[in-house]
Amino acid sequence: MRVQYAVPVAIFALVALLLGAGLYLNPREIPSALIGRPVPSFQLPPLPGHDPGFSSADLKEGQVVLVNVFATWCVPCRAEHPILLELSKRHEVPIFAIDYKDDPKMAEAWLAEFGNPYSRIGMDKSGRVGIDWGVYGVPETYVIDRTGNIAFKQVGPLTADDMEQKILPLIRQLKARG
Amino acid sequence: MIAEIGHFALVLALMLALVQGSLPVIGASRGNAAWMALAGPAAVGMLAFIAVAFGALTWAYVVSDFTVLNVVQNSHSAKPLIYKIAGVWGNHEGSMLLWVLILSVYGAGVALAGGNLPRGLRARVLGVQAWIAIGFLLFILLTSNPFQRVFPPPPDGQGLNPLLQDPGLAFHPPFLYLGYVGFSMAFSFAIAALIEGRVDAAWARWVRPWALVAWCFLTTGIAMGSYWSYYVLGWGGWWFWDPVENASFMPWLAGTALLHSAIVVEKRDALKSWTVLLAILTFSFSLLGTFLVRSGVLTSVHAFATDPARGVFILAFLVIVIGGSLLLYAVRAPTLKLGGLFAPVSREGSLVLNNLALAVACGAVLFGTLYPLLLDALSGQKISVGPPFFDIVFVPLMVLLIAAMAFGPLLAWKRGDGLDAVAKLRAAFVVTAAVALATWWLARGQSPLPVLGMALVAWLLTAVAVELAQRTKAFRLPFAESWGRAMRMPRAAYGMSLAHAGVALVVLGITASGAWQSEKLGAMKIGDSAEVGGYVFTLAGIEPARGPNYEAQRATIDVTRGGRLVAVMHPETRHYPVPPTDTTEVALQTTPVRDLYAVVGEPDGNGAYAVRIYTKPLIAWIWLGAAVMVAGGVLSLSDRRHRVGAPKRQPRAASAPAPAE
Repeated sequence: MRVQYAVPVAIFALVALLLGAGLYLNPREIPSALIGRPVPSFQLPPLPGHDPGFSSADLKEGQVVLVNVFATWCVPCRAEHPILLELSKRHEVPIFAIDYKDDPKMAEAWLAEFGNPYSRIGMDKSGRVGIDWGVYGVPETYVIDRTGNIAFKQVGPLTADDMEQKILPLIRQLKARG
Repeated sequence: MIAEIGHFALVLALMLALVQGSLPVIGASRGNAAWMALAGPAAVGMLAFIAVAFGALTWAYVVSDFTVLNVVQNSHSAKPLIYKIAGVWGNHEGSMLLWVLILSVYGAGVALAGGNLPRGLRARVLGVQAWIAIGFLLFILLTSNPFQRVFPPPPDGQGLNPLLQDPGLAFHPPFLYLGYVGFSMAFSFAIAALIEGRVDAAWARWVRPWALVAWCFLTTGIAMGSYWSYYVLGWGGWWFWDPVENASFMPWLAGTALLHSAIVVEKRDALKSWTVLLAILTFSFSLLGTFLVRSGVLTSVHAFATDPARGVFILAFLVIVIGGSLLLYAVRAPTLKLGGLFAPVSREGSLVLNNLALAVACGAVLFGTLYPLLLDALSGQKISVGPPFFDIVFVPLMVLLIAAMAFGPLLAWKRGDGLDAVAKLRAAFVVTAAVALATWWLARGQSPLPVLGMALVAWLLTAVAVELAQRTKAFRLPFAESWGRAMRMPRAAYGMSLAHAGVALVVLGITASGAWQSEKLGAMKIGDSAEVGGYVFTLAGIEPARGPNYEAQRATIDVTRGGRLVAVMHPETRHYPVPPTDTTEVALQTTPVRDLYAVVGEPDGNGAYAVRIYTKPLIAWIWLGAAVMVAGGVLSLSDRRHRVGAPKRQPRAASAPAPAE
């Protein structure tokens, strides 16, 4: 057997190993093309009984904001909910929400049952605003800086580690930047 | 009952595949004619059983049999009949069934039309086809049974994603599969040739038509998919370097290289082991595409539902098929007989350059597609490789490829005269320079890319014309004589010219639509006007409308140019109740000169609507060019020499291992 004829099979062996590894990786953090860019402009009506609504203007008032995209039909959202509640009690950062393709009555019941960490909720019933944000799947969490630019995006539920090691340090840093 | 018949038919097809994959291959190595002869009837029988299974699933869809889980999940009684049928392959299980159906159609094609193949080669080719079929049938029966029943049956189905209710999408997967699976023929021939240790001109002549058929289907499928994303997704783009698109593009690049290198084997008996390798790789990329789409390894906008069990199965299958065939290649390719020699400047040389450019391009797409995975596996970093990477890699490669495409057909086999080819291309140099200057003047201040693109278009189109003029001796002989030469030219020669001209037209569409498109993104109230690319778009009104299974808001946009009405466009936003989904319907007005493209979104609450309007000059040529390429392929297929029998093989010379190429 001559060596050069074995090159293709050697390369394939590497690719196969990689694909095998890929089966067990979780493509959770998907870099967003929007990072470093201004938030898309949008205007969402409030959840009835939870004024006010949520629009892009609310992200351009000079404060650092956490934006959480959730839905009541999404099980991982339920998992991350206590972490958001915990964060809201610290009053470090306002949490705004986009309720994605959801039924207002369900959302109402959900917030009544589990508590409401959000200071603004916008109802994105059609999911159109979600498309502008590049939402891959709920839940997603964004950090918006003081100038209204997207600084960070996470796809998938937040864990306590994510919060302590990535998101809170980033928020403090953005706030310190003035 | 019908569903069970379908299931049993699949099991029987698997049994036949086991027979077809074993006895004829053993028979071929022992010279047992009766065992070899089994392959043909087995292949036809397998087609019959898989057709029964596919028919059974189609029946379940047509009559909306909601006791079948697959129908429940993917259909709905209120859906138009054509989309019920398209729903059969609009999901994972059904699309796998379509895949094996097409595989068995090709297998039966060899069995019925391959009468001129040597018995042993035919038995081995069908044997390899059967091995592939065994893998896919096991995959369907073990992990993706489309005939699974559900009890109690629900009152109605869960619908089909309305994005998928579209003629473009309904018919682009079958074309893609006809292409993907078609390359299994070249693969089977390559494996059979490696087992026999023999690749010669006759072999190449048998392989080329199959590869050309597959290439035509794949080109059509990719073009349809790209057009679908252009007018359905509503982003105005037509190619996104999405992993799933890349999955179809890699076999296309490798398959295009294969078509060209097989010519060298046929005419000059050279590049043999490289051609065999390309045949293996092209089909391997088709399989890899299946894996990437279905395993959830890479995220994509149109990935099927993911399931790790399926992923493990497909990966094991890939390792056996691709790894096994490449290992066979590593062991057997060095024993292939050395072919003809040629000078670097020659027809063969230019085809080698073509192959290098296409192979590097294919490698770059593979790398770009897998790099995020690699980085994730090694460092846990998540990144995506987007258009910037592919643009940087592709532009220089395509420039090289197109520059060489002009020379290749003008060079002689074995030893070409480069200076003579340059002299023949005088006209092309002049036209290219003129077009480049004109473009530069028109696009002052823009990037140099449009100048480069238009220059390439001019270069290739004139070169194609020059080559035709050379062959017919136009302008040098009296017209009647040139006409006679033109009439006698083989269709394959015209096929090549057409296909190359098609490439030029695709580049034209890409360049012009990218460089000179105009767009407006913003809000418009009823009665508002906007000027985009010399056209005035006026939002005249928005009214509710009803379709068979959706409700819509239908906008009317009047388009005028210089005060004259040129188009009335009706973009829509639709709401489908089952499953609850909103879609936007792009309004598109196409002429060969430009496309007008309008999308209307939600009201913003203040009486205005989000509107996206584009004018895209010459964009239709991207798809028209692809159609011209396919027409070239079809014309070449209809060439006489594919219809008459291939030449008889020379009796085998002493079969001592010879040094490789």
